[in-house]
Amino acid sequence: MQIASNKKEIIKPHKSLFDLRLIELWNYRDLLFMFVKRDFLASYTQTILGPLWFFIQPIFTTLMFVFVFGNIAGISTDGQPKILFYLSGLVIWNYFSDGLNKTANVFVSNSGIFGKVYFPRLIMPLSIVVSGLLRFFIQFLLFLAIFCYYNIKGEVTFSFSTALLLLPFLIILMAGFSLGLGLIITSLTTKYRDLSMFIGFGIGLLMYATPVIYPMNAVPAKYLFLVQANPISPIIETFRYAFLGSGMFSVLNLLYSTFCMAIILFIGVITFSKVEQNFMDTV
Amino acid sequence: MSKNAIIVRDIWKQYRLGQVGTGTLKNDLSRLWYKFRGKEDPFLKIGTNNDRSKKSKDDWVWALENIDFNVKEGEVLGIIGRNGAGKSTLLKILSKITSPTKGEIEVYGRVASLLEVGTGFHPDLTGRENIYLNGAVLGMRKQEITAKLDAIIDFSGVEGYIDTPVKRYSSGMKMRLGFAVAAFLEPDILIVDEVLAVGDAEFQKKCLGKIKNVSSEEGRTVLFVSHNLGAVKNLTTRCIMLEHGKLVNEGKPEKVIEEYLRMTTLPENTFFETKRINEFWGKEIRLTKITPIFSGGLSFFHFGENLQFEVCFQIHKCIVDKLRIGCTVSTLDERPVLSMMTSAVIEADMIGNRNYKLKINNLRLFPGSYKLSLSIGIGSFQETRMEFDVVRDALVFNIENLTESGNAVYNWRQDYGNVLHDHVDLQIS
Repeated sequence: MQIASNKKEIIKPHKSLFDLRLIELWNYRDLLFMFVKRDFLASYTQTILGPLWFFIQPIFTTLMFVFVFGNIAGISTDGQPKILFYLSGLVIWNYFSDGLNKTANVFVSNSGIFGKVYFPRLIMPLSIVVSGLLRFFIQFLLFLAIFCYYNIKGEVTFSFSTALLLLPFLIILMAGFSLGLGLIITSLTTKYRDLSMFIGFGIGLLMYATPVIYPMNAVPAKYLFLVQANPISPIIETFRYAFLGSGMFSVLNLLYSTFCMAIILFIGVITFSKVEQNFMDTV
Repeated sequence: MSKNAIIVRDIWKQYRLGQVGTGTLKNDLSRLWYKFRGKEDPFLKIGTNNDRSKKSKDDWVWALENIDFNVKEGEVLGIIGRNGAGKSTLLKILSKITSPTKGEIEVYGRVASLLEVGTGFHPDLTGRENIYLNGAVLGMRKQEITAKLDAIIDFSGVEGYIDTPVKRYSSGMKMRLGFAVAAFLEPDILIVDEVLAVGDAEFQKKCLGKIKNVSSEEGRTVLFVSHNLGAVKNLTTRCIMLEHGKLVNEGKPEKVIEEYLRMTTLPENTFFETKRINEFWGKEIRLTKITPIFSGGLSFFHFGENLQFEVCFQIHKCIVDKLRIGCTVSTLDERPVLSMMTSAVIEADMIGNRNYKLKINNLRLFPGSYKLSLSIGIGSFQETRMEFDVVRDALVFNIENLTESGNAVYNWRQDYGNVLHDHVDLQIS
C-alpha cells in the first residue's frame, strides 16, 4: 500500500514560465531509456540489412559528395583525402540534422501517445537526442576506421592535438543545437504548420551555409562573415582541426557557438514547456 | 476513508470550434498584447455554452463550466452525461493531457488513466515491452513492473500474443492489455473512460470485478465513465452528471442515473412526430399527442392514483371497425412493466381530429419514473390485431412516493417489482 506516500499535486491552467519540473524529469529516467531503446530497435525492425543501415547512409552520401563536389565541381578539400574530408563533416552534420528533424516533429508524430497518457513531455525530445547519440557513435566508428586506413596508407598523419579533448564538448554543442531548435520549431508547429513545411528543405539549405562540403578557408573573404555567423560552423571546423589538423580553429568562434546554443536551448525548453500543457487542443 | 483523493475547484475549459488556422496568428498576437499590458485575456470573456446540437454564434465554446467536486479516497465515482457533455474533457484534465483554462485541481497520488482503447501503446513494440513502457509512463521503476508482469499477462488473457507487436492486436486485445496494465500497476487513482465498449462479455465482467476489487479491497480511488448505466449503478458509490459542460447533479448513483434517464428520454413536449419506428406507421390513423392529466396542478401522479391521459389522434381514412388504444408501461432502463388495451369504442367513420381521455384505474405502480408507449389499432390480445400507429416512449411520467392522502410508501424495494397488487385473497381450502 502506498497511500501513505501519496503526494499532492496541483493541476493549474498556467504554470510559471520557469517551472520546468526537472526533478520530475529525473524520476522518469527509466522512461527515457525505454524510449531510446524503442527508437533504436524500431528503426531497423522489418529490414534485411538491419543495423547496417547506419553505415549505408553516410557511405553513399560521402561517395556522392566526392563525385559531385570533389570531382565535378572541384571544390577544395583543404588538402585532405576527399572521403575523409566529407565524412568528417557529414558525421557531425547528420547528428544535428537527424536530431533536429525528429524533435521538430515531436508533437505531431507523438500526438497519439501524448493524447492518452501523461509523462513529462520533454522526455520525448531528450530520448531523440540520446538515441541520435548512439547513431552518431556508430557513424563515428566508421569515420575512425577510415581515418585509420588513411593513416596506414600514409595519406594523413595523426598527431595528437589538445583539440581532440574538445570532442565531447562538440557533441554537447550539436545536441544542444538540434534539441533547442527542434523544440522551438515543434512548439510553433502545433499551431502553425508552415514551419514543418520549411524544416524539410531548410535543413538541406542550412548545410550549404555550414562548411560541410567545403573548408572554411576556401570561402571568399567577402562572404566569410556569413559562414562565420552560422554558429554551427565552428563545431565542424573544430572537429576537422582535431582529427585532420586542417581548418580554422578559434576559441572565440567556439565561444560564440556555445553562447548561441545556450540561448537557443533556453528559448526552446521554455516555449516547449509552455506549449506542452495545451498542445492537444490545437495539434 | 474520509481523506480527499481529488479536489476539483471551479474548473473551466475553453475550446475553439471550427478550423484552427486562419486568424490564429492575429488572435494570438492580440492575446499577447493584452497580457503584456496586464489586462485580462479578452477571449476568456466570450464563449458560448457547450451544446453539440446547436450552431453557436462564435468560435469559442466552454467545454466545461464551473466544475466543482471532491472525490474521497477509496470511492468509485461515476461520471455520466450525454455525448459531448464534457466527460472526457474532464478526465483529460485530470490525467494532465491538457490543462484547464481556469480553476485548480488537487490530486493526491499517482494517476493511471485508461482513455479509450489501447492507451499509450506503441504499435511497434511487443505487448511485454508495452507493459514496461506503460509502467514507466506511470513513473514506476523497472523492478516494480517486473513484479507485476505475470499478474498482468494472466489477467489480460493475451499470453499468446505477448511477444507480438501491439499493432497486430485486435482492438479487444489492446483493450484487455490496456485495462490489465492500468489496473495492476497499482495507481492511487484509476481513471476508466468507456473501455467496456470493446471487450466481450466475459472480459467486461472480469473488469467490473477488478474495479470493484481495486476500490473496496485495495482502497484505491476509481473514476468511471460509461454509457453502460447498469455497470455504473453496480459499481459506483457516487455519481456526478454533466450536461452541456456543467455539473448538474451529484449524489447516489440510483438517483443520478434516474434523473439522467429522465432528462435524456424526455423531450419536454409530448408531441412525438419523430418517435415512430418507421414511416409505415401513422398513415391512416395518426397519434399526435398525449398529455398526462394530473390532479390539482401537480406535475406527477400520486402512488395509487388512477392515471389519466389525454390522447389526441387524427383519422385520415375511414375504417369500418371500431378502434382501440393500447399502451405499454416500461421503466426508464427499458424493462417493460405491463401492457394493456382499451375496449374498441372509437368510431372511425369520419375524417378528423379526435381527443380521448385514457384512464388507467387501480394500477398501483411503484414510485419512480416510467415511460408509456402508445398504439392505436383494431383487435386485441386474444384475437388478430392490427395497429395503425405505434409510438414508442411517447411520454415519461412520474409516480411520487406519496399517496393522495399524503402517506409515503414504506417497505417497498425495487427488487419486488414495479406493481403493487392488492386484490389477493386467501381462503381455507
